Amino acid sequence: MTIAQTDVLIVGAGPAGLASAIQLKRQGVARVTVVDREPEAGGMPRLCHHTGFGVWDFHRLYTGPQYARRYVALARDLDVELLTETTITGWRSERALTFTSPRGLGAIEARAILLATGVRERPRAARLVPGYRPRGVFTTGSLQRFVDEEHLPVGRRAVIVGAEGVSLSAFMTLTGAGVAVAAMITEFPRDQLYFHYAPAKWWLMHVRHPTPIHTSTRITRILGRKRVEGVEVESLRTGRRQIIPCDTVVFTGDWIPEHEVARKGELAMDAGTKGPRIDGQFRTSAPGVFAAGNLLRGAETAATSAMEGRFAAGHIADFLAGRAWPQRRLPILTQSPIIWAFPNAIAAADDPTSLTRISFRVEKFIDDAVVQVRQGHKVLHEQRFRHLLPNETMRLKSDWLAQVDFDGDPPQVILTG
Amino acid sequence: MQKIYDVAIIGAGAVGAAIARELSRYKLNTILLEAKPDVGMGTTKANTAIWHTGFDAQPGTLEAQLLRRSYALMQDYVPEAGVPTEPLGGLLVAWNEEQRQALPALRDRAHANGVTDVRIISPEEVYRLEPNLNQGARGGLFVPGESLICPFTLPLAFTTQALLNGVALKLNFPVQNVKQQDGVTLVEGPEETVRARYLVNAAGLYSDEIDHMLGHYDFTVTPRRGELIVYDKFARQLIDHIILPVPTAKTKGVLISPTVYGNVLLGPTAEDLEDKTNTATSEAGLAMLLEKGRAILPRLLEEEVTATYAGLRAATEHKDYQIRLHAEQRYVCVGGIRSTGVSAAMGIAEYVGELLTEAGLTLLPKPEFKTIRMPNIGEAGPRPYQQPELIAQNPDYGRMVCHCEKVSLGEILDAIHSPLPARTLDGLRRRTRAMQGRCQGFNCQAHITAILAKETGQSPRFLLSLDAEKELPS
Repeated sequence: MTIAQTDVLIVGAGPAGLASAIQLKRQGVARVTVVDREPEAGGMPRLCHHTGFGVWDFHRLYTGPQYARRYVALARDLDVELLTETTITGWRSERALTFTSPRGLGAIEARAILLATGVRERPRAARLVPGYRPRGVFTTGSLQRFVDEEHLPVGRRAVIVGAEGVSLSAFMTLTGAGVAVAAMITEFPRDQLYFHYAPAKWWLMHVRHPTPIHTSTRITRILGRKRVEGVEVESLRTGRRQIIPCDTVVFTGDWIPEHEVARKGELAMDAGTKGPRIDGQFRTSAPGVFAAGNLLRGAETAATSAMEGRFAAGHIADFLAGRAWPQRRLPILTQSPIIWAFPNAIAAADDPTSLTRISFRVEKFIDDAVVQVRQGHKVLHEQRFRHLLPNETMRLKSDWLAQVDFDGDPPQVILTG
Repeated sequence: MQKIYDVAIIGAGAVGAAIARELSRYKLNTILLEAKPDVGMGTTKANTAIWHTGFDAQPGTLEAQLLRRSYALMQDYVPEAGVPTEPLGGLLVAWNEEQRQALPALRDRAHANGVTDVRIISPEEVYRLEPNLNQGARGGLFVPGESLICPFTLPLAFTTQALLNGVALKLNFPVQNVKQQDGVTLVEGPEETVRARYLVNAAGLYSDEIDHMLGHYDFTVTPRRGELIVYDKFARQLIDHIILPVPTAKTKGVLISPTVYGNVLLGPTAEDLEDKTNTATSEAGLAMLLEKGRAILPRLLEEEVTATYAGLRAATEHKDYQIRLHAEQRYVCVGGIRSTGVSAAMGIAEYVGELLTEAGLTLLPKPEFKTIRMPNIGEAGPRPYQQPELIAQNPDYGRMVCHCEKVSLGEILDAIHSPLPARTLDGLRRRTRAMQGRCQGFNCQAHITAILAKETGQSPRFLLSLDAEKELPS
């Protein structure tokens, strides 16, 4: 087996991985290698053939593929080594990964590793939706591959499961392919197309293609044997079930980090995010191994992932320059209805002021909420929120970090009152 | 004059395919008829994927006898043909006093069936073998010979070998009527009629209907639905044996078993239905499985579900196989194979050969009986992506198409151009594992559809509609 050497090995050539590679190069790191299992670098935005990308990181409006190409071009210009069609198969040592590729098997040894392997949407089977296994069931990702990559036929009338940002992406792909959308359904009492999605929602779903959003509704069965003929849905308010005729169902969101490489490396994982547990400097539990992007906590926008990759790069460069790996750290835990906090660990050596915010998410709509951070019985922080929204990242101040006692229990983020 | 075959076999499930393979050693013209577009599409493909020893069969039954015989035959065949298998052993766990008291009788039954290595073990040993089991096990029965097997590869191996040794195969041939005249059996399909001197009915769920066409009403097939949940590969580290319940009268109960692909299965349910095509999963069935799974292996439920599916066993009102020779009709009925077809197929095939001889068929061995080697899709042996020599010869073996299952383009192309080629997405799925992983083809299905369309000169639209035909009743 050939063993290649590099300074930083990045797994995943999506926005987080590429932005990090670019920043590392700009900070003077000599050898940066990015591997990706797909034949083309660029990650998920390659599949999103609609606009809405690049505003935050390039101050321009791009389609997904244009955005991906921009990142790939920047990386190439800076001599980032891009290895596509390269699938990581495991860990050879603490800082070396094995791979398979058309060029054969091999290993890459690095001084630091960044995992940026992204997320997938939870498919129908994993959501335990009963019925036959007919044609016409998609996730947003598979729908986009069918429509935009392979130009395959989809259907005529679709139901979208989910009503968050990615659901709107599915909506655009469907209507763009000439598929009518019968309804969007969400188990929440309101849709989660907040803030910057609102104008697009208004224009697309009210003006262009008026579409009902069934709230407090869950899918209970898929009808049809050979081809989807409809979905059975249940109102969570009344318990009443009805059938919505359609030939296509798209399951959107409900993200699962692609954590195979992280778990094979036995990194500490967070039960809430299902991603590797990281501290404010994107460090995992394994020395020299960092993680960034949607692998960490389900999907944020491409720009958020790219920003994280860029921030992580700074910390990786510091580590390469000799900054010590923290000896002690505590996880940050959460309790329902808070599903995760992020970062989900704090390292003893960190300058607490380096981290300005702690993100968290909740599993339902909550008004007039009080969120506390407690360590044992001690309340480290308390913050009031007029509204807590599901499928939206909420932010907690981080000035309490300095008070954490590293000999104590892990801090807990909880909802009181 | 249309060709008259020596033997026509109806049904290319594990049993029919094994019979075709068995007859292909002899100087005979044999034809295998299958209603669906591929082999192994019925009960064979949707079961618990276990190679049974037959330890718990009713002693003295034909089922017990043929399972035992088959077990010995498969010991040679499975490694020779490269059918993925893992010899993990089964562990029956008694969760209460009543079940614990049933263990000695089960051990004695196993010994009576010739499975002499079965032994009772203490609760301590149960937990030593399977430390992640829920608390409360009162003891167990260890069955070292129970193994995992790939139920997709097995019928493909039988059929491929039969083809190589001269058997004819007709797919998409749903039998509509069977007539006998002038010593010839006429098997009528929708577009043509196949003639043969001898007939074997291995039509699985439809074996009673074929039997009726020949004037027999010896049994009725009641489809018994079994729903199963497949867990993510990360669950595989939780267990290393086939965790079996203490059986009841109706079913072997809900088990938890690793698969040869490195996943973990939870199931099956057992529900008698009327509709022989009802392979839908149900809300109640899945909920029951989750409850059972939580009681046996709590940590299993922390892992993601990869797939759910349902299969139908060909149960009858009888407790034993319904294998009957009607010598005057030169007809053998192979019905009521229930849930043990994969394990008993080779024993059944040999037995059917004997019955045909009894009816007057002469079995003259051919000078050469060609062997085969199937592509390995199991985790126990090396897969193409792990073999540098193979990738050096053909880089397509290092070019991953299905990332979840690590299936390479090379394997996809091999399956499309094999002697028994994949013509549908489902056919590719069973030959290569592609689209069976944690994303269920959501990443690769569009790409694989395009590859299959290109390689076979079919339109993607046609392929997608054709694949949907897999649930069509025959």
